Amino acid sequence: MTERAMTKDVKRDGPKDLCALSAAELGRAVRAGETTAVEAMEAVLERIGEREQLYHCYVTVDREGALRRAEKVQKQIEAGELTGPLAGVPVALKDNLCTEGMRTTCASRILENFVPAYTAEAVRLLEQAGAVVIGKTNMDEFAMGSTTETSYYGVTRNPWNPDHVPGGSSGGSAAAVASGECFFALGSDTGGSIRQPASFCGVVGMKPTYGTVSRYGLVAYGSSLDQIGPLTKNVTDCALVLETISAHDPKDSTSLERQDTDFTSALVKDVRGMKIGIPRDYLGEGLDREVREALLAAAEVLRRQGASVEEFDLSLVDYAIPAYYTIAAAEASSNLERFDGIKYGYRAQEAQGLHEMYKMTRSRGFGAEVKRRIMLGSFVLSSGYYDAYYLRALRVKAMIKKAFDEAFARYDLILGPVAPTTAPRLGESLADPLKMYLGDIYTISVNLAGLPGISLPCGRDSRGLPIGLQLIGDCFQEKKLIRAAYTYEQAAGRQAPGGKEEEAHV
Amino acid sequence: MSKEYETVIGLEVHVELATRTKIFCGCSTAFGGAPNTHTCPVCTGMPGSLPVLNRQVVEYALAVGLAVNCHVNQLCKFDRKNYFYPDNPQNYQISQLYLPICHDGFVEIETEGGLRRVGIHEIHMEEDAGKLIHDEWEDCSLVDYNRSGVPLIEIVSEPDMRSAPEVIAYLEKLRMIIQYLGASDCKLQEGSMRADVNISVREAGSGKLGTRTEMKNLNSFTAITHAIEGERQRQIDLIEAGGEVIQETRRWDDARGDSYPMRSKEDAQDYRYFPDPDLVPVWISDEWIARVKEREPEFRDRKRQRYREEYDIPEYDIDIITGSKRMADLFEETAALCGQPKKVSNWLMGETLRLLKEKSLDPEDIRFSPENLAKLIGLADRKVINSSVAKEVFQAVFEQDVDPEKYVEEKGLGTVSDEGALRRTIEEVIAGNPQSVEDYRNGKEKAIGFLVGQTMKAMKGKADPAGVNRILRELLQGRPLEQE
Repeated sequence: MTERAMTKDVKRDGPKDLCALSAAELGRAVRAGETTAVEAMEAVLERIGEREQLYHCYVTVDREGALRRAEKVQKQIEAGELTGPLAGVPVALKDNLCTEGMRTTCASRILENFVPAYTAEAVRLLEQAGAVVIGKTNMDEFAMGSTTETSYYGVTRNPWNPDHVPGGSSGGSAAAVASGECFFALGSDTGGSIRQPASFCGVVGMKPTYGTVSRYGLVAYGSSLDQIGPLTKNVTDCALVLETISAHDPKDSTSLERQDTDFTSALVKDVRGMKIGIPRDYLGEGLDREVREALLAAAEVLRRQGASVEEFDLSLVDYAIPAYYTIAAAEASSNLERFDGIKYGYRAQEAQGLHEMYKMTRSRGFGAEVKRRIMLGSFVLSSGYYDAYYLRALRVKAMIKKAFDEAFARYDLILGPVAPTTAPRLGESLADPLKMYLGDIYTISVNLAGLPGISLPCGRDSRGLPIGLQLIGDCFQEKKLIRAAYTYEQAAGRQAPGGKEEEAHV
Repeated sequence: MSKEYETVIGLEVHVELATRTKIFCGCSTAFGGAPNTHTCPVCTGMPGSLPVLNRQVVEYALAVGLAVNCHVNQLCKFDRKNYFYPDNPQNYQISQLYLPICHDGFVEIETEGGLRRVGIHEIHMEEDAGKLIHDEWEDCSLVDYNRSGVPLIEIVSEPDMRSAPEVIAYLEKLRMIIQYLGASDCKLQEGSMRADVNISVREAGSGKLGTRTEMKNLNSFTAITHAIEGERQRQIDLIEAGGEVIQETRRWDDARGDSYPMRSKEDAQDYRYFPDPDLVPVWISDEWIARVKEREPEFRDRKRQRYREEYDIPEYDIDIITGSKRMADLFEETAALCGQPKKVSNWLMGETLRLLKEKSLDPEDIRFSPENLAKLIGLADRKVINSSVAKEVFQAVFEQDVDPEKYVEEKGLGTVSDEGALRRTIEEVIAGNPQSVEDYRNGKEKAIGFLVGQTMKAMKGKADPAGVNRILRELLQGRPLEQE
């Protein structure tokens, strides 16, 4: 859609159709005075009113606050104080990002009434750019899960088919983008928690190189793996949002100082000469036939655009899952110790004495999956097992990084699936956690190696559920990812639902 | 007859570093703020907060390590020590286990048997916890996180000490080194230096270590001495009675002169140490080490030697003055300004120590400047003020660091140098005290003292007593008896 055509649509159809715009399109319309931040927020709130009952993307919708913020931003835009591309654009935040004055639950009972005293750095950067926070999206409790079913606040449904999960853990963010209940969202990705729900919901999701986005204010799950990233309607929005939230932050010791965060400069339709490798193991057993076919078709699109594509052997694929669940659980077991009923959040009131209070608070405050990972993590760190499990997992992590280094000596990018299947039906995964863990096989090694990865739609299966394509780059190669993703998106035609009525399966 | 026993002692010493801000956030380390006012999301363990290392902590830890002859782990890391307790907001303490900043050093202490080396096993950096306050009236506990995140180093010795005096000598040695470096004020009573004592006994001559206990809550040298003696005896009595020492942590109650067990090895916690993923490893470059080494001050032992050679002051004075970096600096700077080390030493050893004791202060708390002490010495030398006025002026210098020259002028404390005025006053005193004059003339030497005193009183202290004495004698001698 050209800018001219889009502008006409806005004028003709009024605010209701605003929800069909991408973040960049809306930003442009607001800047041009064709609509306002307030109209955009009203439209999105109306959309939430219509659809939230069914999809339940949000834990908290801050209607009054959102409108108030939108009014303020609109004044700043009119005063010429806010001129950026995201000024006036409503955004949804995963509920593990701290927001001053707005409760942040991590979809857990233990933080049911927790209102942070400060705002996460990535959110602060977005607000500084004029984006307007709508509310907080549902997720797997403490980001532990792949379906958004472990939330204490109920499940989120996939807008493409409400009998299916939206994926997870950033399932609320992905579903909100897909159903037009926001213009873009932030999620967090520890083992695929942005890319996998993006894939299941047919939107674009990106995990940047570890250290690119500050983790300050992101409630930690696996600190050495966690990264915040965008969930958007298209690759352009993805680059725009990532550019806005990428900055060195002295409050996060693991934050990098990068000079190359002008990601929108990579929105170029050109992959000529780019070498793309597909790990042979990624196409083998366990991968759904339809997903495989869509993937190979996507590879073919990129080949026709001038990239070379070949299969290769990426070693250690099978070791990623045990290494990941050891490291992430170990870090989580320690990170979640602070939720003890003493300082904030839920406390078991009737407990007698300190230890009983700890025990009852944590037994009731945490859900089953969180407790499972805390126990697993405590076990692998306990004396006598530390070397055999935790240290060994760290060695595997280093070896996986080395395997990727070797691959990137030969290829600019790696192409693969995001998940073995499209979105499973509600309830299917939780019954067999081990199977759910195995579903992370294509995403978690990216976190273990600290690499950037993007998930973008590449078709639908016979049931109409979206299929995602994953592109993986070497550290700091986000621009290559964005260029290839943009090229594919342009060549294959727009795949994201963008909240269009005909695509929303209401 | 009982057997001979040897006591084997090792120490874990925690020292609070003198940084202005905390180890992992920018909050103030100042003592005594209202509860939870020196806090932020980081030091209260708020979800999503992250630690950032204070470089000065590394600098101080490195300086202490180098001063006690340690090897440096140039790549050092922080680890999490996991345990649940409300004074610890994250329920883990950020400390160092696997790669502490310094290891394998030593200090030399003086003992009855001559110089002795005490090995330093390691030095690591860590954060302090908050403080729990148990409100018995309300039957609840409150927590103050002002201390949470205050930087500490823990200095772990080898089990190289054999008696309480050796332990005290070792602690004194550490205290001197650390104070001289300015890394901490090392006050045991205020908790900026804390020592846990690991103690075991074995039959004299045995090469095997006995089972040890760890003594906690020792906040004075006396308490440490008592605890060592008490615990040694307790362990010997146990063994003699056919019992066995249990490895445990015991809390010393100095008021009762007894200890009781806090926790035993059986319920020892598994701290599940692992590298803190929120912090990046610290790289300590050769240049950094060289820079810290270069800035190393002259430590006490060397300073004592130099004082003996350079200044003509008694050994006792040298001991006291070098016992505090503040005092030694003050001494050297003042001596350089006025060129009279002996007099400077007298002021420090006399009035300064007296006032410190009177106000229950530490030499480190001295606030006056060498310039003002030097001026005071100069005023007394030039007899602008007499010695009793000098003491009065010194008190003002000590308390408010006043400029003695201005102070004497403003308060009109200078000796009256107008001899005519002095003579007139003395003549009046002589006229007013015929009995004393009579006594003096009859050979009662003491009477002159009374007359001097009366003159000084009349002069409001602002006269040079020696001059008064001289003029008095002159006048009394020169005046014939017949005149009366």
